[in-house]
Amino acid sequence: MDDKKQLEQFEAKIAAGLKIEPKDWMPEAYRKQLIRMMSQHAHSEIVGMLPEGNWITRAPSLRRKAILLAKVQDEAGHGLYLYSATETLGVDRSELLEQLHSGKAKYSSIFNYPTLTWADIGAIGWLVDGAAIMNQTALARGSYGPYSRAMVKICKEESFHNRQGYEIMMNLAQGTPEQKEMAQDAFNRWWWPSIMMLGPSDDKSPNSDQLMRWKVKMESNDAIRQRFIDRTVPQAEFIGLKVPDADLKFNDVTGHYEHGPINWEEFFDVIKGNGPCNAKRIKDRVEADKKGAWVREAATAYAAKQAKEKLVA
Amino acid sequence: MSDSQWPLWEVFVQGNPGIPHKHVGSVHAPDAEMAIQNARDVYTRRSEGISIWVVPAVEISASSPEDQGAFFEPSNDKPYRHPTFYKIPEGVKYL
Ligand SMILES: [Fe+2]
Ligand SMILES: [Fe+2]
Repeated sequence: MDDKKQLEQFEAKIAAGLKIEPKDWMPEAYRKQLIRMMSQHAHSEIVGMLPEGNWITRAPSLRRKAILLAKVQDEAGHGLYLYSATETLGVDRSELLEQLHSGKAKYSSIFNYPTLTWADIGAIGWLVDGAAIMNQTALARGSYGPYSRAMVKICKEESFHNRQGYEIMMNLAQGTPEQKEMAQDAFNRWWWPSIMMLGPSDDKSPNSDQLMRWKVKMESNDAIRQRFIDRTVPQAEFIGLKVPDADLKFNDVTGHYEHGPINWEEFFDVIKGNGPCNAKRIKDRVEADKKGAWVREAATAYAAKQAKEKLVA
Repeated sequence: MSDSQWPLWEVFVQGNPGIPHKHVGSVHAPDAEMAIQNARDVYTRRSEGISIWVVPAVEISASSPEDQGAFFEPSNDKPYRHPTFYKIPEGVKYL
């Protein structure tokens, strides 16, 4: 079958709502774009463990510590599902990790901000996981089978992340004046980066049309961002936190919130590597990889020894 | 796949007694035992399973998607394999 015919069938399948599976024919641009997106997503999950991991030893109670540990472990799991799903497109996980460690690969801009206080852990769960859920529920309807199935599983696990974060913020917001101030401060610092992490405005993201038609992207960044804001603002108001946006107002006619201008310069600067923690995140990742090397070597040696003993027996 | 990392194992999880194992994804591991342990940690953190199978990915043979039409054709023209093919008069019971 020629490529034109293949492409027609491929597009017809997607239009009919069917999933594309690893061995199916797919255009090179589709494969490439998915590898890029899915690996960036996988990297974001495991780099995202770092800012939160920073607070595991200092969680304010055993309950909080157990919750945070479970959440960070989930993120490791998310990274693994996604690397595994990306490998179905014909790349090696080791190759992808190499790209992350060498600084060649990108990951979500949000994880280049520091976690200065305990309230930041609340803000991350509530806002960052909240924004991620908006994005991921859209992606779960995407056309590539392994990615879409990974998203379904991840979305199921995310809602606990979101709630535990909101609970932390709620407790602080209802606590002493200092605690309330801490919550507001974390909210002030994480609000805009969370809004930006959903990606550049539609007029600034090229080749969206084809990606939408191929159901690689399901919704525009702006549409997802709007939904996130509409859902999150009332949650903030409920616990008495003030959204750090002087221009924010509710439009009675559209039923949506309207927000002030987004500092895209900051966003692109962080993406380029100039955020407060970019260098530290990569350094920590590379170090973790090095420090874990002996475990992998031991496991390999043990497996070899077991295989040999089996042969002798 | 290159040899730059541990072999890949496809993971199948049985969710409840009496239902089939279902493919959930894959893991890298040096041997079957560690593949099962990794699969437990990656795919069943919330009691999603009561049993796990791991199979070396290279050992799986699959039908090819290009031949899907022709390959499954033989069953398409045999509607008489389905009970709905047969007209049974109303009033006949237990059939
Ligand atoms: Fe996650
Ligand atoms: Fe999460």
